[in-house]
Amino acid sequence: MHNSDEFRIPIGPQHPALKEPESFSIALKGEKILGVDIRLGYNHRGIEKACEERTYIQDMYLLERICGICSHSHSTCFVQAVEELASVQVPKRALYIRTLIAEFERIHSHFLWLGVAGHEIGFDTLLMYTWRDREIIMDILATLTGNRVNYGINTIGGVRRDITDDHKRQILEAMEKLEERINYYIQIATQETTIIKRLSGVGMLTYEEALKLDAVGPTARASGVARDVRKDDPYAAYGEIVFNVITDSHCDVYGRTVVRLKELLESLSIIRQLVNNIPEGPISVRVPRKIPAGEALSRYEAPRGEDVHYVRSNGTEKPDRVKVRAPTLANIQAVKQMLKDRQLADMPIVVAAIDPCFSCTDRMVAMKSEKGASVIKWQELRNYSIEWYKKHGVDFTELNKKLA
Amino acid sequence: MIYLFYILVFPGILFLSVFALAAEFIDRKLYAKLQNRIGPPWFQPLADMIKLLGKEDIVPTDANARMFKLMPLVAFTSTVTAFFYIPIWGERSIYYFNGDLVVVLYLLTIPTLTFFIGGWYSTSLFARLGSVRTLTQLFAYEVPLFMGILSSALIANSWSLSEIAVFYAHRPWFWVSNIIGFAVSLIALVGKLEKAPFDIPEAETEIVAGSFTEYSGRHLAFFRLSIDIEMIVGASLLAAVFLPFGLEFSAPIAFIFYIIKVLFIVALIAVFRTIFARLRIDQMVHFCWKYLVPLSLLQLLINLILKDILT
Repeated sequence: MHNSDEFRIPIGPQHPALKEPESFSIALKGEKILGVDIRLGYNHRGIEKACEERTYIQDMYLLERICGICSHSHSTCFVQAVEELASVQVPKRALYIRTLIAEFERIHSHFLWLGVAGHEIGFDTLLMYTWRDREIIMDILATLTGNRVNYGINTIGGVRRDITDDHKRQILEAMEKLEERINYYIQIATQETTIIKRLSGVGMLTYEEALKLDAVGPTARASGVARDVRKDDPYAAYGEIVFNVITDSHCDVYGRTVVRLKELLESLSIIRQLVNNIPEGPISVRVPRKIPAGEALSRYEAPRGEDVHYVRSNGTEKPDRVKVRAPTLANIQAVKQMLKDRQLADMPIVVAAIDPCFSCTDRMVAMKSEKGASVIKWQELRNYSIEWYKKHGVDFTELNKKLA
Repeated sequence: MIYLFYILVFPGILFLSVFALAAEFIDRKLYAKLQNRIGPPWFQPLADMIKLLGKEDIVPTDANARMFKLMPLVAFTSTVTAFFYIPIWGERSIYYFNGDLVVVLYLLTIPTLTFFIGGWYSTSLFARLGSVRTLTQLFAYEVPLFMGILSSALIANSWSLSEIAVFYAHRPWFWVSNIIGFAVSLIALVGKLEKAPFDIPEAETEIVAGSFTEYSGRHLAFFRLSIDIEMIVGASLLAAVFLPFGLEFSAPIAFIFYIIKVLFIVALIAVFRTIFARLRIDQMVHFCWKYLVPLSLLQLLINLILKDILT
């Protein structure tokens, strides 16, 4: 039953609050949210299918491009699964370098999140400040790997670039600067009245609900669920590092902010330990192009939560199946719960608080082949998309010929 | 002939437009500097204006076209008219009569109403939400703004801005008694101008651009210009009532004083914009009725007692 004062408002696919296209259809009564319909799928790129047509090494670079923020997460997660299949012993030094990049990635992702959160609650100054300070870490990443976003540091069996003593010095210097800034942001977030007013009590997700809805990452940890793959199932060098899993009992957006900010300090401590204890030795081992048949599941604590990659090999140099479960897919279920009975004004920050990455999340649910076949070949998928765009007025035929 | 000059050139449309664009530049530049950015070049507001004037005008099919097109002009004219009653370069404005203070406050309410009507008649969901928020906000800040300004008129024993200016100019330390009223009115003015932390009706991440979502081209240009002018008029009103300095000097010096006072208020608004996050509409209404209204009542009480002592 819909009264005349109830109406639906479309947030997305195109909306200033969203950084990626996604559709939230919100039923409103005045300013109050009655219900939300979330529809994923605007960013589907067919990456999983494309992986089956490429070699493991090519897949690594492709999967790195799933997400612009947690690029290292996806490539490491995949590489770990492949290394497990190939039974490769990765050198210690390589694992340390991977972990180092992973923690840098966490820092830049959390800084980015803080800025976006500021923007969503209309506090652009925070956005400008955090993104300026984020450049410190981006510069370090560019120095270490040669790139700012898709680092390309991983290879199957190790890493591609070593770090020097000069790098170590630069990293430690940058950490000093960052520590000062992080403490400043912690102070702002915990003392500035308008921020607290906008964040506390918003987007509640109790401990039980977080467990029931399977929230991951900072979203779960802010509800008191001490869930962190780095601790629960240590990979790379995390087994040898001392760190705490940060949890918080606020259960709201404020708690998620606090968890992320405190995690930044933990990351700094992890990075210092890594830099000071990095063992000498080779940085990679040779791995044959053909990976033995079998299947492997790899877990990884991305900045946004647990990332899961499943790889099945059939003994050739191309995988039989690759499946990615990005953290946002686990957390998006919780958004509906968080938005219950809130106001429209809370919607942007509640969605932003899970640090959504929709391009990681989008999957195709069903796909009909015209020939009735259940398995779709890459070329068919490609032809289908070219036809689809032709129908909608964009012709890629010429471009396709050039690329083929 | 001189009246035509008043209306069209100084202190009318031309001067006001130039000053408003300059104030917008200062607001934006200061905002940028405080955020550690470079900020726009000096001609950016003018360039934006020219660009918007040259853009295509789109009126939504379902919208009431006449109201939709009329509202920017109404907002523009009402803000410009209000300016004539505010003393700028001396103790007297161009036009004054007993009661012009009420007229200025009334004329300053009209732009808010045009935002509501324009948003409502553009029939877009975002615009309608924005226009409802505009009105909700109006009921929150209007009372403290009126009470803050009228309490200073109480001591001066006049409802004419020029009379108030004369009164305070001859009693230089009286402005101190109105300092609470100044703070209350300044915060309420931020609400009226819909700037952060009270930019709820235009909250970009929630309802796109609120009332202005469907506006484009020269209609949007006129709306933007009237908001800039509203900022100047509001700041001038506050300056005339609460900051009565330099009015006793000759016209050019008093005018420079006036410019400094207005820019000071514009700068304060830019600082507010920098250091606060946007509130929710319920928090805004709550804040206004719980803190601003009692404070303005306190100011009223102080001034009543003071008046009793003085006379």
